[in-house]
Amino acid sequence: MSLSIVDSCVNCFACEPVCPSQAIAIAAPHFLIDDKKCTECEGDFADPQCAAICPIEGAILNADGMAVNPPGSLTGIPPLKMAQAMAEIQAR
Amino acid sequence: MELKVIGQDNTPSEGGCSSGTCGTSEDGMGHLPDNIREKVHNHPCYSEEAHHFYARMHVAVAPACNIQCHYCNRKYDCANESRPGVVSELLSPDQAAKKVLAVASEIPQMTVLGVAGPGDPLANPERTFATFHELAEKAPDIKLCLSTNGLALPDHVDEIAALKVDHVTITINCVDPDVGAKIYPWIFWNNRRIKGAKGAKILIERQQKGLEMLIERGILVKVNSVLIPGVNDEHLKEVSKIVKSKGAFLHNVMPLISEPEHGTFYGVMGQRGPNKQELSDLQDACAGDMNMMRHCRQCRADAVGMLGEDRGHEFTLDKIDAMNIDYEAAITKRANVHAGIEAHRDALRVEQESQQSSNLLAPIETPPARIAVTTKGSGVINEHFGHAKEFLVYEVSPQGVRFIAPRKVEHAYCVGPDICPTGEDKGTVLDAILESLSDCSAVLSAKVGIEPWSRLEDAGITPSGEYAMDSIEDGVKGMYQDLIKHGWTVKALDAQVAG
Repeated sequence: MSLSIVDSCVNCFACEPVCPSQAIAIAAPHFLIDDKKCTECEGDFADPQCAAICPIEGAILNADGMAVNPPGSLTGIPPLKMAQAMAEIQAR
Repeated sequence: MELKVIGQDNTPSEGGCSSGTCGTSEDGMGHLPDNIREKVHNHPCYSEEAHHFYARMHVAVAPACNIQCHYCNRKYDCANESRPGVVSELLSPDQAAKKVLAVASEIPQMTVLGVAGPGDPLANPERTFATFHELAEKAPDIKLCLSTNGLALPDHVDEIAALKVDHVTITINCVDPDVGAKIYPWIFWNNRRIKGAKGAKILIERQQKGLEMLIERGILVKVNSVLIPGVNDEHLKEVSKIVKSKGAFLHNVMPLISEPEHGTFYGVMGQRGPNKQELSDLQDACAGDMNMMRHCRQCRADAVGMLGEDRGHEFTLDKIDAMNIDYEAAITKRANVHAGIEAHRDALRVEQESQQSSNLLAPIETPPARIAVTTKGSGVINEHFGHAKEFLVYEVSPQGVRFIAPRKVEHAYCVGPDICPTGEDKGTVLDAILESLSDCSAVLSAKVGIEPWSRLEDAGITPSGEYAMDSIEDGVKGMYQDLIKHGWTVKALDAQVAG
């Protein structure tokens, strides 16, 4: 039972100090969660702390490999709108 | 209706820009106690006058943030953009201290070190304070500042005071949680992500509490607000009143920067920033309540140099490693350079005062005009038109001169020192410059080329190299009188008066 950080992580350091299990470490190319130490914060907090402070949608996955913060959930930008904007920028 | 003009509230004998009456500079601070004026006298981000002479830098030691703002995208790594929150190299506290000492040695005009992100300094308290501790020891003459969203501020006020960080900027965009819900999608608070108005309410309470606690400890507080048309524009007038009543001494209303390619909520959703008139109208509306800052350049979280410039590329980690710095000698050198600057400022002030009289610059009914200048610093018109990437816009009326805003353009007209653009580029670059100066009646530079000269004239903007190397204030006053004397175009500022 462990969360994981994937390559959309921007290395902002926010998660590392809030982990109650010291399971998060600086690594290259991005921060990593030690799956032996991670408890998903059970017993400590209602929500996994790393996922509760992470600003990047999709950067933290749960044990099932699903994004804890799916697209649109943090920025409020509807995913379709984001895709449209990106397509327009690409087309320039 | 009349514009608020320098001189109306003050005795006419007090001078203009270089003698300290523009924008936020010393005359505007006349109501402040001497100890506060002393604190901001050489701070380029707090004193409009000082920014012509002194340099600052930010170090990017604070990547983490505890809130999300709709104008921010946390994927912040970009070398070619200049706006808050953008950096290219994250530093450890040790690296940051080393960089500050290197810059302060190479750029002796430097007086100020700020931590302003790219996240929130107080969401990274250990990294921020470790940087400050090291600098307080090794470069005690450098002023320390930080800029925060305020959420964690009340927890750290005592440490801020203990470290003698005597300038703190709080970004306060609202005092109403419903407005806040449109600006802040979430905050991280007490181990939870809290969304919407509930989160905004906590943030607002913490900002106000932090502001009060800083004021109680005698720490200078500047309040930054981002003007977001249709979201908080009218509301900022109330923000200004409240923060002023609590003791903030300067309010800096900045325009929202919002483009789709920034990937921010506002950028992608098509929220526009204010135009220059909306910005200056709101600044004027708030000015009745307190000192307004108008010379902010909204710089990067790792900017280095004078306010209009960024010399960060000269101080990358590998370059700093190769530098051999004598810290003690650097302190002495700074002291000497600062003494020289102060002597120069004193001389300018004396000169201005000697020229002052109760005479108006023109008959009282003469309409005001806006005049742009190009400068490389020192308060002098010493930059060629073609080299300028920013124009400083002043407003001059029969009573005197006041600073309005810096206007940045993406490209200078000339590509290099001796290279003028050709073909289509020439037109588009100049179009952008003309648009940024559309409210101006004249532009004063060290020199203006033939091509831009005629385009400027066609746009109703009188170009001049006549005031090259003169002080900005003398140039602006002289040009105003020239405009009147020769019957040249003076663009009406009706829109602003109506606002």
